[in-house]
Amino acid sequence: MTAVHLLAAGQATSAGASVTFWVLAVLSVTAALGMVLAPRAVYCAVLLAVVMLSLAVLYAVAGAPFLAFVQIIVYTGAVLMLFLFVLMIVGVSAPDSMRETIAGQRLAAGVAGIALLVLLSLIVGHAAIGPAPPAVAGFSVGNVRGLATLIFTKYVFPFEVTAALLITAALGAMVLAHRERTSPKPTQRDLSQQRVAGSHPSPLPGPGVYARHNAVDFPALLPDGRPSELSVSPIIVARESELGTGPAAALPPGGGAANGAAGEQDTAGSEPEEARP
Amino acid sequence: MTSSLAAAHAASGTTALAAVGVQRAAWLLLAFPLAGAVILLLGGKRTNRWGHWVGVLMPVAAFVYAVIAFIAMLSYPANQRTRVLTLFTWIHVARFNVPVGLQLDQLSICFVLLTTGVGSLIHIFAVGYMSHDPERRRFFGYMNLFVASMLLLVLADNYLVLYVGWEGVGLASYLLIGFWQYKPAAAVAAKKAFVANRVGDAGLSVAIMLMFAVFGSVTFSGVFGQAGKASQGVVTALGLLLLLGACGKSAQLPLQSWLLDAMEGPTPVSALIHAATMVTAGVYLIVRSGPIFDLSPHARLAVTIVGAATLLFGAIISCAKDDIKKALAGSTMSQIGYMMLAAGLGPAGYPFAIALLLAHGFFKAGLFLGAGSVKHEMNDEVDMRRLGGLRKIMPITYVTFFVCYLAIIGIPPFSGFFAKDTIIDQAFSKGGTSGAILGTAALLGAGLTAFYMTRVMFMTWAGERRWDADAHPHEVPPVMTSPMILLALGALGWGAFEILGDRLADFLGPVTGYVPPEPDPFSVAGIAALVLVVAAIALAWAMYGRRPVPAVAPAARFPVTAARRDLYGDAFNESVLMRPGQWLTRLSVYFDNRGVDGLVNTLAAAVGGTSGRVRRVQTGFVRSYALSMFVGAVLLVGALLLVRV
Amino acid sequence: MSPSHFVALSVVLFVIGAIGVLVRRNALVIFMCVELMLNAVNLAFVAFARLHANLDGQVIAFFVMVVAAAEVVVGLAILMAIFRARRSASVDDANLLKY
Repeated sequence: MTAVHLLAAGQATSAGASVTFWVLAVLSVTAALGMVLAPRAVYCAVLLAVVMLSLAVLYAVAGAPFLAFVQIIVYTGAVLMLFLFVLMIVGVSAPDSMRETIAGQRLAAGVAGIALLVLLSLIVGHAAIGPAPPAVAGFSVGNVRGLATLIFTKYVFPFEVTAALLITAALGAMVLAHRERTSPKPTQRDLSQQRVAGSHPSPLPGPGVYARHNAVDFPALLPDGRPSELSVSPIIVARESELGTGPAAALPPGGGAANGAAGEQDTAGSEPEEARP
Repeated sequence: MTSSLAAAHAASGTTALAAVGVQRAAWLLLAFPLAGAVILLLGGKRTNRWGHWVGVLMPVAAFVYAVIAFIAMLSYPANQRTRVLTLFTWIHVARFNVPVGLQLDQLSICFVLLTTGVGSLIHIFAVGYMSHDPERRRFFGYMNLFVASMLLLVLADNYLVLYVGWEGVGLASYLLIGFWQYKPAAAVAAKKAFVANRVGDAGLSVAIMLMFAVFGSVTFSGVFGQAGKASQGVVTALGLLLLLGACGKSAQLPLQSWLLDAMEGPTPVSALIHAATMVTAGVYLIVRSGPIFDLSPHARLAVTIVGAATLLFGAIISCAKDDIKKALAGSTMSQIGYMMLAAGLGPAGYPFAIALLLAHGFFKAGLFLGAGSVKHEMNDEVDMRRLGGLRKIMPITYVTFFVCYLAIIGIPPFSGFFAKDTIIDQAFSKGGTSGAILGTAALLGAGLTAFYMTRVMFMTWAGERRWDADAHPHEVPPVMTSPMILLALGALGWGAFEILGDRLADFLGPVTGYVPPEPDPFSVAGIAALVLVVAAIALAWAMYGRRPVPAVAPAARFPVTAARRDLYGDAFNESVLMRPGQWLTRLSVYFDNRGVDGLVNTLAAAVGGTSGRVRRVQTGFVRSYALSMFVGAVLLVGALLLVRV
Repeated sequence: MSPSHFVALSVVLFVIGAIGVLVRRNALVIFMCVELMLNAVNLAFVAFARLHANLDGQVIAFFVMVVAAAEVVVGLAILMAIFRARRSASVDDANLLKY
């Protein structure tokens, strides 16, 4: 879609554009509010995605199709996904405590926010922002081409600098996230020595090895018919016991693959041991 | 009469001619003693063997020159005897012009002759008196310094150079009173004298400042010529300030407390400085500033009151003092009171003040030298209760002392009679209530003078020998007796010479502006004084001549105890000046510690406390920092909105 | 649907994002609110580009996106490093820079 097309569309069908705008405006504001108020971080991330997508459409409506796609691909698709990865590492399960620890913070933030809102509205209302003029030369050449022309002529220096910035950021991230090994990396020999010297020399059974069913969440059966806690990931165990359904629910929570070999070798109904840290 | 006198005075005072002939070398008067001082003080111990002769030679040389200058002056006509020798210009800054000039006129030549003449005699006496003192050379150095300063004082032709001499004699007095530095009493007495003088000096310096501010000049001709144009208030203020200065130097009330303590110095010092010359500088100042006092009846009245009060004050103190030198010091205070009284009577009294001053120089110096001889022979014993019966032992001293005694109590034809009785007469003829009061006071003073001097005579020279066991007095050597003899001769004949025929008054006429008629010494007041004197002598004989003198001062009742304590002069100074001063100092210190330091410390504590509170803003929470940044940004936006809108 | 509407929406989103930064404690959520603010600003730029009918605003918005991406990368790396050391993602726990 060319910018002209969009613009023409925008101007010709201003009613459609208006509807689009209002719907998306409401949607994005609601999502933003929800993002600020949601206790779980994952919900915030998803709501932010919603905001970004609606903004992408708004860009398209406002005659910036290239930016719209860049928004979707780069911002929502890459940056937000990066957020989600880090969320996974940091911990997605626990909701944040919504109790405010700093006295007066919420009140002050609210007051300041409303003040800023009022001030900016005054500025915006005071400024003479008239209706959009008809499409002119820059827009008609083609949005991508026009942008490219600008970037590589007028804004070439910021472009180069931004490139350097990106390289620096990448390097910086690598350096920051790098974990220096304090001990030498354990070789295969080291690992096998640890395994043999430890409580459980043999490899852990895969899920469903002794079982009749072939599913990740189905525990294997020990020779005496009891389900083996070692065979199911403790995460799945925890989840299913929370939910109360599923084949792993029968397993005691906190057990599973982390259990020591004592539970496995002791066939005569020994108590499951505590999970190895 | 006042204004015409002032006009006449001003008219006569301003005709100062330049010095010619022999008088062109008048600077020698200063150079001789100053050179002596420099040689002796800077030469140090090397000059010890012959230093005292240099110290004697210088005042004698100055005296010789003074006589020559005097003879030259007599050769000029009477109204052309004021000669000024300008040496150099000391200060020349904008309007302020101070030359260093020597004014040789009739008044100053009197003082020059007195200082150098009597001074030379006393220097000769001191050769013998200080013969056992290892610091004799330094003594003569200081004495010469004194003579130089005193001559500068009386020869100056402007008030500022007079003030230099004034300060110089104050310094010399301090150095000489505290000559025996190792004696704490002497050091304290020297300090007391200096501080009391300082109070007077403050008055004099403010007077000089006022003169410059009002008249634009500090020279005699400049000030006296314009004195008539100043307001009554200014002239009265000047008079009172000059009186304050004179009181300090002349030991008059209220600055009299130092004179008796000054007797801690060697006797030649007491004779020269505290009898003949320095203490008379105050009288000189008043007489010299005649044109100013002529214009202010209030200041003049103050002078007479001070004089009358002091003459009684000194006389009462002397009646109860057992220390011979302190008795004579009280007498000095009293006699100068007479001179002040006379000076305060105006031009009619000026010549008689000077007459008494010159006569007093003779007989008081003679009395002090006699007392010094006694002290020298009696192992520095000055308590008269331990003297007595010295008449036959020290005949020459006794005779000279006796002559001076007759002079001071006013027995004719000795000098005191003529000088003092004329003053009493003048006081009565002032008229009105003030005249009567002043005259009565002077009369009473004459009686008291006779009483205490007779007491001294009886206690020291007559009666039983109440000496210490190791006292072996005999007559003093000729180097000490010759000056006393000469002084006694002066005490004998000088009074008649100066008063009869109005000689001194005539001589001083052009300077004082008025020649009072020749006084009649045998007027009613004079006869009354004589009668009182005889009665007092009889009383003293009855108390001290007929009865034995107790070796220990007997317990006494009010007037005597008060007199023994200097009529509470020291107690008064202490309670009125010293204690409040101490309280003020303590208050200032307290204020400084609590107030000023407290203010500074409070400020520091406030800063510290505030910063201790304010730093709690740094909570460490990123979100509060973000909040403050946000609020700042909002305010910025608001400000921009305001500015742009 | 004039550009002023866009700008108004941008203002609202910006303020919401600002309040979110101040109120939330989870570092990641704060980051996300910052992203929201940047997006709002981008919207304003695009609206102004539309208003002045020239593409400079869009170019700027483009650069903002690039910079935001770089910033996110580095910020999340820092966050990871802090999380490894302290095992907590709450910004209130990093409060040693105090009186």
